[in-house]
Amino acid sequence: MAELRMQIDGREVIAEEGMTVLEAALGAGIEIPSLCYHEKLEPFGGCRLCLVEVESGGRTRLVVSCVYLAEDGLVVRTRSEKIDKIRKTLLELLLAHAPDAPALQELAEEYGADRNRFEKEASFCVHCGLCVRYCAEVKQKHAVGFIDRGIGKEISFIPEIAARECPSCKECFPLCPTSYLQAAYVLVEGLAFPP
Amino acid sequence: MPQLSSPADLEQLRQEILSGRDAERPCITLCSGSACLATGSGAVAAAIAEELEKQGLSDRVDIRRTGCHGFCERGPIVVIHPEGICYLQITPEDVPEIVARTIREGEVIERLLCVDPSVNEAIVHESEIPFYKNQTRHVFGSNGSIDPKSLDDYLAIGGYSALSKALFEMSAEQVLEEVKRANLRGRGGGGFPAGRKWEGSRDAPDEPKYVIVNADEGDPGAYMDRSLLEGNPHSVLEGLIIGGYTIGAHEGYVYVRQEYPLAVENLGVAIARAEEHGLLGENILGSGFDFTVKVHQGAGAFVCGESTALMTALEGRVGEPRPKYVRSNVKGLWGKPSVLNNVETWANVPLIINRGADWFTQLGTEGSKGTKIFSLVGKINNTGLVEVPMGMTLREIIYDIGGGIPGGKKFKAVQTGGPSGGCIPEELLDLEVGFDELTEAGSMMGSGGMIVVDEDTCMVDFARYFINFLTEESCGKCLPCREGLRQMHKILTNICEGRGQPGDIETLEELSEVAIEASLCALGKSAPNPFLSTVRYFRDEYLAHIEEKRCPALSCKALISYHIDPEKCQGCMICLRKCPTQAIEGGKRTIHVIDQDKCTRCGSCLDVCPDKFSAVRKISGEPVPPPLPEAQRAIAGKGKADG
Repeated sequence: MAELRMQIDGREVIAEEGMTVLEAALGAGIEIPSLCYHEKLEPFGGCRLCLVEVESGGRTRLVVSCVYLAEDGLVVRTRSEKIDKIRKTLLELLLAHAPDAPALQELAEEYGADRNRFEKEASFCVHCGLCVRYCAEVKQKHAVGFIDRGIGKEISFIPEIAARECPSCKECFPLCPTSYLQAAYVLVEGLAFPP
Repeated sequence: MPQLSSPADLEQLRQEILSGRDAERPCITLCSGSACLATGSGAVAAAIAEELEKQGLSDRVDIRRTGCHGFCERGPIVVIHPEGICYLQITPEDVPEIVARTIREGEVIERLLCVDPSVNEAIVHESEIPFYKNQTRHVFGSNGSIDPKSLDDYLAIGGYSALSKALFEMSAEQVLEEVKRANLRGRGGGGFPAGRKWEGSRDAPDEPKYVIVNADEGDPGAYMDRSLLEGNPHSVLEGLIIGGYTIGAHEGYVYVRQEYPLAVENLGVAIARAEEHGLLGENILGSGFDFTVKVHQGAGAFVCGESTALMTALEGRVGEPRPKYVRSNVKGLWGKPSVLNNVETWANVPLIINRGADWFTQLGTEGSKGTKIFSLVGKINNTGLVEVPMGMTLREIIYDIGGGIPGGKKFKAVQTGGPSGGCIPEELLDLEVGFDELTEAGSMMGSGGMIVVDEDTCMVDFARYFINFLTEESCGKCLPCREGLRQMHKILTNICEGRGQPGDIETLEELSEVAIEASLCALGKSAPNPFLSTVRYFRDEYLAHIEEKRCPALSCKALISYHIDPEKCQGCMICLRKCPTQAIEGGKRTIHVIDQDKCTRCGSCLDVCPDKFSAVRKISGEPVPPPLPEAQRAIAGKGKADG
């Protein structure tokens, strides 16, 4: 496998062909914030927190590191005034949903995000899709999925599958950054599971 | 029908069709696109057939049900050949007279003609109507003369000669070179040069390759792709087959909205006819080139017009965009090189092959060549589809072709490029229409929507409307689009409802920047345009809403009041009776007063107040004058005392 030499935040990093920039950074111990990345899952590119600046062929642009593939000679910056500002706003949008989620609070502190900037929303799901994708890709059960689109989009358990598969699994529970998943589960359990 | 197995076969068939046709034989063409069907074209067609039968003319007069002619404001449209007499807004009741007078006697029926409002003169021929006269209808023009279900009609106007030329007289490289030289840019939104897109796929090593027609036309008010597919499906197919030949694809897809049943039907017929004749399928025209086309009906998501979402949906999965750091012409449908072009782009291809890039580039601006079809809607006299050379000014399109603004109202802005396009104000009406020109002005070409608004439209509310549309049509996958738009919509709603606060504009600008920089696909990246372009050109309207709680267009319900001017009210009781909430107090010859607490700002009182009184007015940003004391409301006897 070809070795790719890149520079991330001034450090020389070696990546393998096919790796994403995020994977290369994590492999070298460089932190990039993300809510929707998971090593066992296909890249999703939903939360956009992992965006970084890349320089190649004399051009600088913002890309999302969890889906952007590593390239030889790529120069990556994981922090800049612009990146931090975008991450701050993204976090503020998330905090309107889940102001008390520990993962968000930690990042909010780092990026100076104001948890009260936007009016609170009823649902505390952040749409990272970890539960949905874990159930589909790792467990291959599809017991939980996304329904609807746009601002109406939400996760939902499929009662028939969930009643059969979930009681003995629940591997997605620790993945949820906001515990919304558990709430959705309790709901489907109460409504649709046979006694 | 025997298969055509060589270019000579094709030409022979064409000659047979043409020699069987008598140019002098009377033919009644009737627009039967979706818009005219909605206004009764089906009943008119039945009436024509019945009347010809009744008057014993069935075997001497042809009826041709064509696709959309474009002048939808005035449909159903009937054109009588060979004279080219054009009648507008025809009903079944007009038909007996048309047959008796025009068909039998050759008389023109004045009352059915188009009247040119500028000179108040009736116009006999379609080509002389100002709406058509100022257009250049290279792509769309054939719609009015062919029956979309008839391959013969398409062959009669030279159809499939470009395909034959490409397959037998040109190498794939030469076709590519011609399309590149023509600088044909994508008509669906992005304006990416088609030739470069094709080249990328052609050069990509992976196999198989695909060519796809994007007919997922989702912009509100835009219907040029529908009309092309409905009215001239073979032209799109011919372009697609040529594209397949050029990049080395043997399979094509047409992704068409389920909401376009007639387009799907006519396309299906076209594919079947082309297959029967050996113009599609194996060994096309004996060239050795195989190509098949499948039609895929979308399920109604706006975002599926985005290239990667469309391909994901074609694969049978939820239509969500995917990151395209590798372009889809290299890694698209099923991970294979895929060229996706819009309906109109494909329909331009046969013209370029037949007439050459030099012909094509004669029209247009520096960066935008050829013509573009626009769907001209909103506050405009001549609603319809117009095809104009790139570089025509907005003023020419709106006034010379569109006939200006109805009701003596003042033009305010034109929104181009669909919901994520932008608004262009009056001072830029002389802007030449082209991809780069529109983008520079803060809008975009998009697929060619043009929504005209007049002085009664509030630009903040207009932006709110489109942001709301996009909020609902976002796929919801990525945060900056889903949540950013949600917050933008909330803030814009607050501003329209009088809850705007200092700093709102800055927050909207910041959310816009994040959506542009960080969204996954073009929907999110362009979604802030309605806000950005209106705040750029109509900032004072935003400030009036936020700082003075005033809506300058007198449109935002929460910020306006209706008031009856006691000096003008004649106590006629019309508004009082019409008010749905009984908010108007008063009596015969007693000045009427609106109870502001009961008023729902529906505007009925303003609508019904007789023009000669004009006593009702809308006010915004100022207190409603206190009502006259009851003792002073009686109207003293002017003229005749009543009772």
